[in-house]
Amino acid sequence: MGTAILGAICGMLGSFAVLRKQSLLGDAISHAALPGIAIAFLITGVKDSNLLLLGALISGLIGTFWIRGITQKTHLKSDTALGLTLSLFFGFGMLLLTFIQKQPNASQAGLDTYLFGQAATLLEKDVWLIAIVAGIALLIVFVFWKEFKILLFDPEYTKTLGFNTRFIDILITTFIVITIVLGLQTVGVILMSAMLLAPAAAARQWTNSLGIMVLLAAIFGAFSGVVGTGISTIEGNLSTGPVIVLVAASIVLFSFIFSPNRGLLFREIRFRKNRNNIKMQKTLAFMYGIAKTHENISHPHAIKILNGFQGFSKKSLQELVDLNYVKISGQQWSMTQEGFNTAANLYDQQITNLHE
Amino acid sequence: METKYAITVDDLTVAYNYKPVLWDIDLAIPEGVLMCIVGPNGAGKSTLIKSILGIIKPIAGTVSIFGKPYEKQRSLVAYVPQKGSVDWDFPTTALDVVMMGTYGSLGWIKRPRQKQKKAALEALEKVGMLPFKNRQISQLSGGQQQRIFLARALVQNASIYFMDEPFQGVDATTEKAIINILKELRKAGKTVVVVHHDLQTVPEYFDWVTFLNVKKIATGPVKDIFNDDNLTKTYGINYKVSVQE
Ligand SMILES: Nc1ncnc2c1ncn2[C@@H]1O[C@H](COP(=O)(O)OP(=O)(O)OP(=O)(O)O)[C@@H](O)[C@H]1O
Ligand SMILES: [Mg+2]
Repeated sequence: MGTAILGAICGMLGSFAVLRKQSLLGDAISHAALPGIAIAFLITGVKDSNLLLLGALISGLIGTFWIRGITQKTHLKSDTALGLTLSLFFGFGMLLLTFIQKQPNASQAGLDTYLFGQAATLLEKDVWLIAIVAGIALLIVFVFWKEFKILLFDPEYTKTLGFNTRFIDILITTFIVITIVLGLQTVGVILMSAMLLAPAAAARQWTNSLGIMVLLAAIFGAFSGVVGTGISTIEGNLSTGPVIVLVAASIVLFSFIFSPNRGLLFREIRFRKNRNNIKMQKTLAFMYGIAKTHENISHPHAIKILNGFQGFSKKSLQELVDLNYVKISGQQWSMTQEGFNTAANLYDQQITNLHE
Repeated sequence: METKYAITVDDLTVAYNYKPVLWDIDLAIPEGVLMCIVGPNGAGKSTLIKSILGIIKPIAGTVSIFGKPYEKQRSLVAYVPQKGSVDWDFPTTALDVVMMGTYGSLGWIKRPRQKQKKAALEALEKVGMLPFKNRQISQLSGGQQQRIFLARALVQNASIYFMDEPFQGVDATTEKAIINILKELRKAGKTVVVVHHDLQTVPEYFDWVTFLNVKKIATGPVKDIFNDDNLTKTYGINYKVSVQE
């Protein structure tokens, strides 16, 4: 249940991250959260998930603003800044984690579940927390929908309209950070960003509308969460994170191949169909040229003549016959009135098609 | 009656890193002109527009619109960015992009309604893009995308329009269509500022011109200052009658 809600808000907010081309941001934030978890544990000495997540939230936020600072104040490109922050914080976090594990304190066991996630460690209160945050995020997205959309599409223009773009930006980023931190327990530091990006990337394949994309991403996310958790529970000791992400990745793969508009498969089919169509039309146009030379348009001609025409094939001839544009008897073909009219309009039609 | 200035810029200096890209720019653009900014690539034309619009923070200088600070006059100003400044693969339709022009007057949170939609459709009609209103924007040609941006600015129903290279990559017919719309705006008393690259058409299209290359070289009526001297100063190479044909 918790992972379903989590998957849904990951998908929703992930759509914004994908459209802002901030794919690495999720990675940077989740890795930046690791030292926070370790430090929170070192200070308190207990493994209370809320306290650890608070630590994660603080160090995640520090990481985020650190990145903003670097990109604004120096000449570094933003992916350099992201990569730098990511490895720095993660390295530091791992160092602390190793240090903690060497300690003779029994309660440290299981801290490393934050690396790959373990849904089984979710308590009822954790699920409630996730649900409440998801509710607030949903409300915010609903209320500021128009502002989010325009900022994602054209930030500079948004500024000229008088919107405080920094506010909208911080709002989005803050929610992404909170979501990531909440996801750490189930999905883990390492794969959290995949959880953010995968459903959104898959959803983008199916639609050209932002609203539907966000909705679909949420559904895909929830689905991955449920199925992933299911599999990892049945299989006993599997970490939840990798399984959830694998499910999400399968959805991405499936979408990239099978989605009707942007998918590879349908694109290929459409391409073939188009090519055949055009071949057929060209053949028809060529026949039209020949038929026109006769007073009687249905005067028969030898099929042999067509062989001289490039792009002619038996198949396209057969299709023309099927469409009742052409009749064949023996080695001769003749054009029907319908075929003649169609051919006469072909050129005009293509022009109007262009302008539709 | 003394001339009313739509836009005044004083001592504007802008730098991205350390090197200034605009240096001490002073401008006074009268209301109701159709003005172009000309200058070589990298002269700072886009930067000038962006600083006037508050997208870029200048190091020094002030901008006022009808005598008041720009921040108070935003609703009077519309902007057509350079086409390459956005990702056209964004999941949205032509109509939706044009509707964004109404967001400014709507303000925070309020959703566009029938009235805004009607305005957007009218603007699409004006730029001849009505048949494409439900097209996904990535499936529009470059010239069509340019017209969508123009429509989005028209919807803002502003008094001053800034356009960054609206003729970039459009064919002759579209160019004529766009310039007619600009001339109509001028007729309606609006002020239009356009970044323009085709020097040949300056005298035909515009009545006011600003030469820019880091510094302001000259600004004034086309018939008075559009000459070889200023062109040479701006572009560095010798311009002879070539553009006067
Ligand atoms: N974001 C940026 N960061 C750093 N330098 C920039 C940035 N944008 C522009 N510049 C530099 O500022 C100068 C002016 O750029 P600007 O885009 O204003 O030129 P332009 O006159 O619009 O050129 P074009 O005709 O090519 O559009 C150029 O030298 C450019 O390299
Ligand atoms: Mg420019």
